[in-house]
Amino acid sequence: MTAPLTARDRLALQWVGMVERWNSLPRASRLLIVLLLALLFYALPLLRPPILTTQQTDFGGIMFSSAALALVAVGLNIVIGYAGLLDLGYIGFYLVGAYTTGVLTSEHWHWPFFLVLPVAIAVTMLSGVLLGAPTLRVRGDYLAIVTLGFGEIIRLIVTNVEWLGAARGIKDIPHPPTIGPDPKPPFGEGGLFTIPHLSWNGLIPSLDENRGTRFLVFGAADAIPYYWLILTVLILVLVADKLVKNSRVGRAWEATREDEDAAELMGVPTFRFKLLAFAMGAAVGGLSGALFASSQGGYINPLSFPLLLSILFVAAVIVGGAGNRWGAVLGGVLVAYLPERFREFADFRLLVFGLALMILPVYRPQGLLPPARTIRARVAEREIELLEGGEDTGPTDDGLDGPEGPDGFGRTNSTGKVG
Amino acid sequence: MAERILEVDDVTLRFGGLTALDSVSLHIEEGEILGLIGPNGAGKTTCFNVITGVYTPTMGEVRFRGSSLVGLKKHQITRKGIARTFQNIRLFRSMTALENVLVGADANHSSGVLTALFRSPKHRREEADGHERGMDLLEFMGLAGRADELASNLSYGDQRRLEIARAMATQPALLCLDEPAAGFNPQEKAELMALIRRVRDRGYTVLLIEHDMRLVMGVTDRIVVLEFGKKIAEGTPADIRDNPAVIAAYLGVDEDAS
Ligand SMILES: Nc1ncnc2c1ncn2[C@@H]1O[C@H](COP(=O)(O)OP(=O)(O)OP(=O)(O)O)[C@@H](O)[C@H]1O
Ligand SMILES: [Mg+2]
Repeated sequence: MTAPLTARDRLALQWVGMVERWNSLPRASRLLIVLLLALLFYALPLLRPPILTTQQTDFGGIMFSSAALALVAVGLNIVIGYAGLLDLGYIGFYLVGAYTTGVLTSEHWHWPFFLVLPVAIAVTMLSGVLLGAPTLRVRGDYLAIVTLGFGEIIRLIVTNVEWLGAARGIKDIPHPPTIGPDPKPPFGEGGLFTIPHLSWNGLIPSLDENRGTRFLVFGAADAIPYYWLILTVLILVLVADKLVKNSRVGRAWEATREDEDAAELMGVPTFRFKLLAFAMGAAVGGLSGALFASSQGGYINPLSFPLLLSILFVAAVIVGGAGNRWGAVLGGVLVAYLPERFREFADFRLLVFGLALMILPVYRPQGLLPPARTIRARVAEREIELLEGGEDTGPTDDGLDGPEGPDGFGRTNSTGKVG
Repeated sequence: MAERILEVDDVTLRFGGLTALDSVSLHIEEGEILGLIGPNGAGKTTCFNVITGVYTPTMGEVRFRGSSLVGLKKHQITRKGIARTFQNIRLFRSMTALENVLVGADANHSSGVLTALFRSPKHRREEADGHERGMDLLEFMGLAGRADELASNLSYGDQRRLEIARAMATQPALLCLDEPAAGFNPQEKAELMALIRRVRDRGYTVLLIEHDMRLVMGVTDRIVVLEFGKKIAEGTPADIRDNPAVIAAYLGVDEDAS
């Protein structure tokens, strides 16, 4: 009579088991595995593994945009996933970071790239604080509307302000500096040495003589150095994210998301922490924008920042599983990679992608990779259900959900009354 | 005479036309357990909300250790040393039991993004302190084995106890408990009352709202009775038991109704 665990339960159990086994490994082995994995990810665009590699578009470029969107999603996850603030205008911060870079390195000044990066981050953080200070005092859906407006207004501003390049945009944004001699087209390749790519004949790899990446030239010819740069940034941001999340700050964010009044009454200055989440999210958004501005094309214009992209950012976080940084990474990668991988299906790919975005929340409202403790709790709950079900009338699938109903993310108590 | 830790001085609170608190004055002495009782809708929870800064009184003053609380933000009042639980449980549901308590403990901490990023000595000291205090409190409440469970997965009774642990973690001088035994059976209620006495023995002053008259009589040092937003009696449990106004207020009212 007792139904066995469903396939999904078993998968969840396995995942929890894996996480636990991982946590019980000695620190040194964990570090080693992480290093090897990181190395694999750095090498991915050189290895060009079959199936994964996109044939019709530059694989290095796709890897770059996947990592870039993962970075954006990790930043937005701080705002949406941790602090529970629905920010629909994140593109605005991305734009501020990109335009700060454009103005300072090309349009009006000629600052070096690595000096501009921290300035772009600071300017974007400031814009986050300026937007958040008046709006974060108000609760709920209002914020979504205001941020949506922000994303659109900031785009309209750059479209109309001549000083910011208006509709023509900003071009000739310099690439990050080359390591080794500068490239001197058409003959001097620049950089220190060439790293060859692999090519595959079925499952047999061989070195590809025609393709290689110069170490380390940032230029229009090859996106792989950019991928390495953004992957490095992504790793650093992930480490910082983990450190902050596992601290008073991360707990305050989550408490505020769960129940703002209760958090406040437990001594959390919720407004200050919401503002902080906004500023941190904005900082990562600005960083991504700055990297985008100085990437291959070296050209930005207002059309690079449509509101649709902002919605895609949110989709990446939700698809991946709001509240889990690895979920955000996965979501960002999927949202960037899948439409490119299936380019041969032309416009159908977007249709299918849109459908997937609609279906997923129905079957998996918590996203693909929700926070581990949520999975663990769900498995535990399910086991208890089955035990109870086995003893009396037999299990019902949804009926024994307990008094609380399904738990997704979002606030549990939104009434103003405290009692 | 013991020092007055909290004074509610002639407080009136109106919601539009409804006067939820009508010139209420009461005080709490250091180290005592004060019971706040009254029929449904008497204004007990509202009184808590005024003390903890959720509502600003229309008139009157609330003083904690001599300084006024009126106008302070909720989190500032908590950090001054007043913590509370909620009549309707309001835990951080998708955080673990320990994390819930840590949020409380963080009320005494000040590390931020930078100290966390660089794992500064201050950050490490505060984390260690929070974990130690948190586990100690979970132990005290009999929840140590559930530390890593999500709050929403705890049983009803454990959730009520976790609320008390979370409030205690803020290291308050005054602990306000809003019907902590609501929904408990008599056995569980008796256990909780014993626990509250032990809480007091740990050095906390307790303000306790409880519906069950008999229970309140057993655990409190003094009792204040509210009815329709007015204080109708105040005194030792023995005084209250024989007070005709209190008997009238409770007459026909089921003691266990909630
Ligand atoms: N936010 C509010 N807005 C309007 N009226 C309110 C509000 N909060 C409480 N009240 C009213 O104030 C009165 C006192 O309510 P309160 O919750 O303080 O009662 P209580 O003594 O705690 O009762 P119970 O024993 O049922 O918890 C009630 O009439 C209630 O409806
Ligand atoms: Mg009440």
